[in-house]
Amino acid sequence: MLKSDTWRAVIVSVSLLVAFLGLWQLSTPAPQAEEAMSEYERLMGGADQEARVPSPAEIIGLAVSELSNPFYDAGPNDKGIGIQLAWSLYRVLTGFFLAALIALPLGFLIGMSPMMYKALNPFIQVLKPISPLAWMPLALFIIKDSETSSIFVIFICSIWPMLINTAFGVAGVRQDWVNVARTHELAPMQTAFQVILPAAAPTILTGMRISIGIAWLVIVAAEMLVGGTGIGYYVWNEWNNLDLTAVIFSILMIGIVGMLLDLTLAWATRLVTYQE
Amino acid sequence: MTHPFLEIKALAKRFPTKSGELTVFEDVSFGVERGEFVCIIGHSGCGKSTILNVLAGLDAPSAGEVLMAGKEVRGPALERGIVFQNYSLFPWRSALSNVMFGVAARWPGWSRDRVRDHSQKYLHMVGLKDGIEHRKPSQLSGGMRQRVAIARAFAIEPKLLLLDEPFGALDALTRGTIQDELLKICAETHQTVFMITHDVDEAILLADRILLMTNGPQARVAESVQVSIERPRERASIVHDPGYYRIRTHLVDFLVSRSAELSGSSTADSPGARHQGPPRVVDPARDRTQTASDPAEAPPKVPADPPHAGTDERARLRAVAMR
Repeated sequence: MLKSDTWRAVIVSVSLLVAFLGLWQLSTPAPQAEEAMSEYERLMGGADQEARVPSPAEIIGLAVSELSNPFYDAGPNDKGIGIQLAWSLYRVLTGFFLAALIALPLGFLIGMSPMMYKALNPFIQVLKPISPLAWMPLALFIIKDSETSSIFVIFICSIWPMLINTAFGVAGVRQDWVNVARTHELAPMQTAFQVILPAAAPTILTGMRISIGIAWLVIVAAEMLVGGTGIGYYVWNEWNNLDLTAVIFSILMIGIVGMLLDLTLAWATRLVTYQE
Repeated sequence: MTHPFLEIKALAKRFPTKSGELTVFEDVSFGVERGEFVCIIGHSGCGKSTILNVLAGLDAPSAGEVLMAGKEVRGPALERGIVFQNYSLFPWRSALSNVMFGVAARWPGWSRDRVRDHSQKYLHMVGLKDGIEHRKPSQLSGGMRQRVAIARAFAIEPKLLLLDEPFGALDALTRGTIQDELLKICAETHQTVFMITHDVDEAILLADRILLMTNGPQARVAESVQVSIERPRERASIVHDPGYYRIRTHLVDFLVSRSAELSGSSTADSPGARHQGPPRVVDPARDRTQTASDPAEAPPKVPADPPHAGTDERARLRAVAMR
């Protein structure tokens, strides 16, 4: 039953994809090239008069050539997709882990102490809804380095879900388990690591999963702003080049990498999830 | 005058409420001897669990004190093991690992192998072996989980074992099996046990003495019932003991009528009628004249000597009965 359901779902998915790509391909006919190019056209390198949405076939063609050599580096404005994605991933992961370094201990503190929760809650409530990109000018002014500023933006956007989920998870640890730790005379650090951390781990990992999703959303915009390298810059650069094939290809790559990040965290969450 | 191993003196718990202070229980005094199995019975809300938590050191009383081996109980300690009604096992650890958690906390210097062997020994004692000990609590039945919790509590070899309605959530068959196991283990280890239960038959089967609490608020321990039935006891044969039904009737009668009659709220108008001090000691199995089924013949409610004052208890009981 379940198995046949899975197969049916696969069939529906594939048919939808084929139908979508087919319609797209049909609605974007290749340019008619029967007449010889005029001199003007030759001067323009055979470019069309107006940009049009490329067909799926062109995108697949570009994807094959880009992915077969993802790490080439032919100057500042011509790097392989792999290099661009690696830059973005580097910034996201750096900002994300720095945020985790702050958010997890702080979340523990807030979760364990109702007083600290009350004291810090106003700050969190005000800082949380700020769009991470709003920090960018301030970050650029203070840090004076676009690279570090984009990492800071990732840091500031991924800290809140982790902080709030950690505090929530720690505060929600069943009193019985804490009592078991108390009756076994566990030291505070032992209690934190042996009882509270494993008990709150699923909630904490869920927060981390939300964070990495937001970080990946934000890095594209941040890199469009600061430029230089990264997948966000790549998209903007190809838009300036009016290379819509590359734009659509990079949009797809953003989606795929984002999915892989999410799957990794989902897998990690499953590792620490327990059944009561 | 010798002091009992565990001494509870004039314990009280009060909570502030909007309409003034609420006294859950007060003037609760009793003792537990080393190796004794004491059950406490009372209706919901009389503060049994609070008393147990105070004994465990998880809760602080509003008044009174608890002495264990002459030392005041302040905060939780490994010398008092607890089994909670809801098992309180860590769901992310296997059964064995849950027991090892306790053992490693009790003897931090032990090697991992020694901790494992010791834990396994106690899991065997409660009948968990053949790979079952590697399962997570979610993969175990309620009875199995409670066995693990009992193994964890026994494995740290506490001086006092506190059981908070350990079998309350189990079906009757499983409950019976685990009661038998508990009887066996207690007989082997001479464990001192203080247990909360709602089950009169369970109390008679397991306990040396049963403390009866009046209804809350202002609950107190009104009676200390001796269970004078020879050990070893068996679930099947204990009901044929001549004393069994006398004890049972006495307990049920207390729970049905006298727990309310004696409760603090009903005697609030005449404080002089309130019984003070340690609970009245009764021994329904040996005390032939006391037929609790007839309340008119119940002995007058007079303060008795402390149960462990070193006097001949039987003689005193006869004196009470002749009055």
